[in-house]
Amino acid sequence: MTGAYPLQASVYAGEWDRLFAVLTVASALVVALVFIAIVGFSIRYRRGSRAPRGFLPEIITNELELGWTAATAIAFLFLFWWAAVQQLQNVVPPANAIELHVVAKQWMWKVQQPNGVREINELHAPVGRPVRLIMTSQDVIHSLFLPALRLKQDVLPGRYTYLSFTADKPGVYHLLCAELCGSEHSRMTGRLVLMTAADYARWSAAQPGAENLAAEGEKLFRSFGCSGCHASQSSVHAPDLNGIFGHKVQLAGGRTVIADEAYLRDSILLPQKDVVAGFDPIMPSFKGTVSDDDMVKLIAYLKSLSAETRP
Amino acid sequence: MSDAALIYVRHRDKEESYLQHCHTLWSWITTTDHKRIGILYALSITFFFFIGGLAIGAVRLELMFPHGEFLSDDAYNRLFTLHGIVMVWFFLVPSIPTTLGNFLLPMMIGARDVAFPRLNLVSWYIFIVGACFAIFSIVAGGVDTGWTFYTPLSTMFSNGAVISAAAGVFIVGFSSIATGVNFITTVHLLRAPGMTWFRLPLFVWSIYATSLVMVLATPVLAMSLLLVIAERWLGMPIFNPANGGDPILFQHLFWFYSHPAVYIMVLPAMGVVSEVFACFARRRVFGYSMMVYAMMAIAVIGFFVWGHHMFVSGQSQYANFVFSFLSFMVAVPSAIKVFNWTATLYRGQITFEAPLIYSLGFLGLFTVGGLTGLFLASVPIDVHVTDTYFVVAHFHYIMVGGSVSAFFAGLHFWWPKVTGRLYSEAWARFAAIVMFLGFNTTFMPQFIMGYGGMPRRYHVYPPEFQIWHVMSSVGAVVLFVAYTLPLIYLTWSLFYGKKAGANPWEATGLEWQTASPPPKDNFKTLPRVKAPPYRYHPDREAPDAENREPETMQGDMT
Repeated sequence: MTGAYPLQASVYAGEWDRLFAVLTVASALVVALVFIAIVGFSIRYRRGSRAPRGFLPEIITNELELGWTAATAIAFLFLFWWAAVQQLQNVVPPANAIELHVVAKQWMWKVQQPNGVREINELHAPVGRPVRLIMTSQDVIHSLFLPALRLKQDVLPGRYTYLSFTADKPGVYHLLCAELCGSEHSRMTGRLVLMTAADYARWSAAQPGAENLAAEGEKLFRSFGCSGCHASQSSVHAPDLNGIFGHKVQLAGGRTVIADEAYLRDSILLPQKDVVAGFDPIMPSFKGTVSDDDMVKLIAYLKSLSAETRP
Repeated sequence: MSDAALIYVRHRDKEESYLQHCHTLWSWITTTDHKRIGILYALSITFFFFIGGLAIGAVRLELMFPHGEFLSDDAYNRLFTLHGIVMVWFFLVPSIPTTLGNFLLPMMIGARDVAFPRLNLVSWYIFIVGACFAIFSIVAGGVDTGWTFYTPLSTMFSNGAVISAAAGVFIVGFSSIATGVNFITTVHLLRAPGMTWFRLPLFVWSIYATSLVMVLATPVLAMSLLLVIAERWLGMPIFNPANGGDPILFQHLFWFYSHPAVYIMVLPAMGVVSEVFACFARRRVFGYSMMVYAMMAIAVIGFFVWGHHMFVSGQSQYANFVFSFLSFMVAVPSAIKVFNWTATLYRGQITFEAPLIYSLGFLGLFTVGGLTGLFLASVPIDVHVTDTYFVVAHFHYIMVGGSVSAFFAGLHFWWPKVTGRLYSEAWARFAAIVMFLGFNTTFMPQFIMGYGGMPRRYHVYPPEFQIWHVMSSVGAVVLFVAYTLPLIYLTWSLFYGKKAGANPWEATGLEWQTASPPPKDNFKTLPRVKAPPYRYHPDREAPDAENREPETMQGDMT
């Protein structure tokens, strides 16, 4: 597939290109058909030509109109179905993905590897295994665009969005911002560096600052004072956070939520929003205290608590 | 045409035309005559068309080079934003409805004016007030948010004149609403005796459908812009997540207007070319009633597809599938219209005057625009090409290749009616062909680079896309020539053009059964309608090969 325009770096990109090619060929056929009809009629039925006119043939009736309406609708339904099936594989995130955190700000991409290595405007990832990006923005809406993977996802302030891929071709590719984000929008670009698993392991071990993200989060968990209330031996009545990530939480008012990244983030920044059933809404907000980078570490720590307690 | 013109010259009476009625500037700016208001609008939007064109000219020049040669990042952002805001709200949305619609709608249904002539004038003044705000924003340094005003960039982070620009668009929206209400009422109440709903020319139907969309959708735009102003000016926490707001809410509100707005721009174009195809093919429009239903279906379904602008915004995948499905469905009536226009040419007696060449251009470019719309309705395809030049090319094919070509078709078709003069046919045909070629040269490369991953709104860009940008910029020069030519030969025709006569194209509509230019009250005696539109040949029969059948006029003027 070398020489493909644009570059392909995943199996999905190949499938995407196939769908795009089929749509292009089908469209070209329709355009050709309309063009031939227009030019053909224009020549044959120009004023004064000898082409017979007279009564319209029997076939040109309402049935013809109904026929091409139905045919068009069926063709479009088919295209919808086909595209939707292709998209469905992106809906369910793959299991065992490497999780990378991406924080966007005017006008740079900050990436944090699972081992705590930080990158700016670069995103290193291994090929051959699923990678999941957990993304948020510090200011306006950005959009992470990885053309070689045919993927794009807006990155929102105050929320997490996700993008998963499994690449298969090592190389250096574009990493772009696709949502207008202010003056230097077009300079908010970088490199997607895809490496073999061995190269990736070597690269990440060689980086300064390589430490366990969850371990850093544990330090923060103490220094922000979270442990003062949430530790099991604490005298304050606060929910135990062991094993909470990925599990259902019963809220006051009868709702239940899954404790995902967004829920944990909201609970830290907007603790009054979703209060756990049976607890008083006494937790203070950490808005302005916990930065987006800190948040990444705290969540990594809370996740690690789940991993340890799971059978 | 001149012999036809001569036949009709004797029908003209000595009554003075709407142009001769009174010559003072005061009589123009206080006029309640729908024809003069149409001309006021035409002058205003022509001004904005060239402002928006100059802005994008500078952008295209800059994009010849990948690293930015002449402009700063901010200047670049301000120029394309200016282009978008001006072209959408101060040219495309008002273009056909307020000029050709204003001028022709009352005449085509056999009325002396619109239902609310003074409201009609007020709507032009509202447009001008909104335009003043827009011009102020330009002079005050411009806006850098893109025409979409996405939050929280527009409310918290932009350092441009966002409030005045949003206020300008907010105000101009009321002009749309007033025009829409006026046209709806006019079609309901002022149809001439015998002008039943299914005898309305398709242009009237298209303006009617457009008016419904204007009245229902524009208030939502007003709301969302007001909220932007409230957050930016007064600091009310609405969209900014730092204050607990939701930035995606703005996109839902904005596209709830702005997708139907695409149909505000394209439905009138569909009306125009329906008239033109029928007249120059000497055929009844194929499947008249289906064309009516298709337009109404587009107007209605068009309200339920806004989410296809937001497939990567973080909205749920299931919502994406619903919007994808509805977007495919809204394409069905558009496809039917393409088939019906093509079928209208079948067994015709086609002559290739300029309006028909512009309309054929519309048909080809609209077809490409519509088909690439199917690409964008497919969720996975959209994920890659959204916010790239692919989208830019797609909507220019619809709104410029489609609507602007149709606007020029209509302008040429009804120019003799509006001014009483014939323009140079040769120059007009030449300009129409240059426009088609220039358009494709400009925008076809944008599909290719969008597919390649070239994001839109990029001042500096990866150098591998330079070749496509250069092609596109060369096309833009050709397009500029094509848009300037009519300005010259149409102006020339005002002074030196041959007298047109009442019905130079031998068309069947009521507007052709009065003098050119029409008298102030449109008709000496109000017509009674005796026939459906487009009776260019007898029932079920096409004109035979040698002779052109005489047409049946819609109106009985005695």
